[in-house]
Amino acid sequence: MLLHLVARRAALGLLLVVIGAGTASAQFDPTGSWAPLATEDVQNDSLPVDYLGLALTDEGRTRALSYDEAQKAMVERQCQGWGASYMVLGPFGLRVSSQTDPVTKRIVSYTIDPWEDWNGMTIWMDGRAHPSESALHTQAGFTTGRWEGGALAARTTHMKAAFIRKTGVPLTDQATLDWRFYRHGDVLTVLLVAQDPVYLEEPEIISKGFRLSPAPLDFRDPCVTGFEGREPGDSVPHFPPDKNPFADEFVKFFGLPREAVMGHRETLYPEYRKKIKDTYVQPPPCVNSCGAAGNFVRR
Amino acid sequence: MKLAMAAAMVMLVGFAGPRAVHAQQVGGAPPSARDSALIDLTGYWVSYVTENWRYRMVTPPKGEYRRIPVTPAAVPLINAWDPAADERAGLQCKSYGAGNIMSVPGRLHITWQDADTLRIDTDAGTQTRLLRFSPRAAAPGARAWQGESSANWERAPGPGGGGSLRVATSNLRAGYLRKNGVPYSERATVSEQFDIAPLPGGGQLLLVTTTVEDPVYLRLPYVVSPHFKKEPDGSKWEPTPCSSTW
Repeated sequence: MLLHLVARRAALGLLLVVIGAGTASAQFDPTGSWAPLATEDVQNDSLPVDYLGLALTDEGRTRALSYDEAQKAMVERQCQGWGASYMVLGPFGLRVSSQTDPVTKRIVSYTIDPWEDWNGMTIWMDGRAHPSESALHTQAGFTTGRWEGGALAARTTHMKAAFIRKTGVPLTDQATLDWRFYRHGDVLTVLLVAQDPVYLEEPEIISKGFRLSPAPLDFRDPCVTGFEGREPGDSVPHFPPDKNPFADEFVKFFGLPREAVMGHRETLYPEYRKKIKDTYVQPPPCVNSCGAAGNFVRR
Repeated sequence: MKLAMAAAMVMLVGFAGPRAVHAQQVGGAPPSARDSALIDLTGYWVSYVTENWRYRMVTPPKGEYRRIPVTPAAVPLINAWDPAADERAGLQCKSYGAGNIMSVPGRLHITWQDADTLRIDTDAGTQTRLLRFSPRAAAPGARAWQGESSANWERAPGPGGGGSLRVATSNLRAGYLRKNGVPYSERATVSEQFDIAPLPGGGQLLLVTTTVEDPVYLRLPYVVSPHFKKEPDGSKWEPTPCSSTW
């Protein structure tokens, strides 16, 4: 009798262990403050027209060239934020916390806190489904996650139309973002694969490194709107796509091929180097701010 | 009651299984790195240059070292970069060393040279890296562009399985972090993590998180994470020699 009782309890205990292990166990702890390493140029926003490293469709390129950054001076748009992908495209770090079920103590979600111009992200880890296609789209979108092969894998859908670059390169509200978070020691690498059936010919892939910060990151205050020269109701600043006055600025400054600056797909592969080898002329030596972050300090 | 006992036995056996296998292996030879691989890195991979485009796809201006945390000692060398002199001195492979080779646009061909040595060939610069999972019997050889690399699998904790390849490289010849002469010294070390991710809609992505540390020319670790798409075969493989200018 005693043996049967022990066996029954052992079976129950093992069953709980197996179920728990299969669904909720974190493979690493992503919580804490993560400072950006900033040793890779993933922002590409120092000049108004910089689409290097993108594979844009003609529609995407045309829409991007129509963008005027003065749009962000409009009161209606000042606090709009840059969309979910800005988590790795922006200059800020990550402050990650977890939320647990009060009864089971299992992790229900991870939250990445917002910045001044980014809306934050909640990664639901409890197995819930994404909403229906016609459900509300928001700036942050809807994100679910799971542990997979040593990484925290997540997918974001249901975003409002937004940007993949601060230079106005657009994403539609049909875009999806696939994320992977890898932790190796104190370094967190966040991989983003962005897909858009309208504006991207191939996925945009960004990986950005962060280092665990012993002190909590100091985030800026929430965005507050103010008058920046445009009255509410004014027209939306824009350029006719073929008359963007900045279209050739980057090309001239660094002698770069125009198709690369304009985000043509072929420029992302090694074969393209062979194509431009005999025509590329190295620019004159750098004489100003040669070690500063970013491309330029001219603006 | 019998059902409960049976379930308990099945689960106990299930948990004990891997340990039993391990116990068998304790007495015999340990499994090779190839047999215990946590991820399959073999095959052809192509650089997908969506980051640092201006520093990788073309040679940036002389004197520019943006986003690299160099020491003051590096700046005179950066400003004195002379690719023609490198070429004359037979140093045209300085930007193809282990500190930068994974950022050079090109293709990788990854194979097992033997059961405990993973081999990476690059078509850009025609370089070969040997990642050794077991220590070499012989003393380290002469410094080389690719140095000496030791490797180990890092199993992901938890029940999901999978993992990563960690590589540590030293015994390097002094080289460049960028084509335009941003230096690393022969005292530099390179740590890498190789991770694989599935691409939505099919395909695989190889992510190589690379940390270069150099007590001579870097104030802080220099971290980049180039990525590669898997290709079905080697039909686009095109070895090219090192070049100090392109």
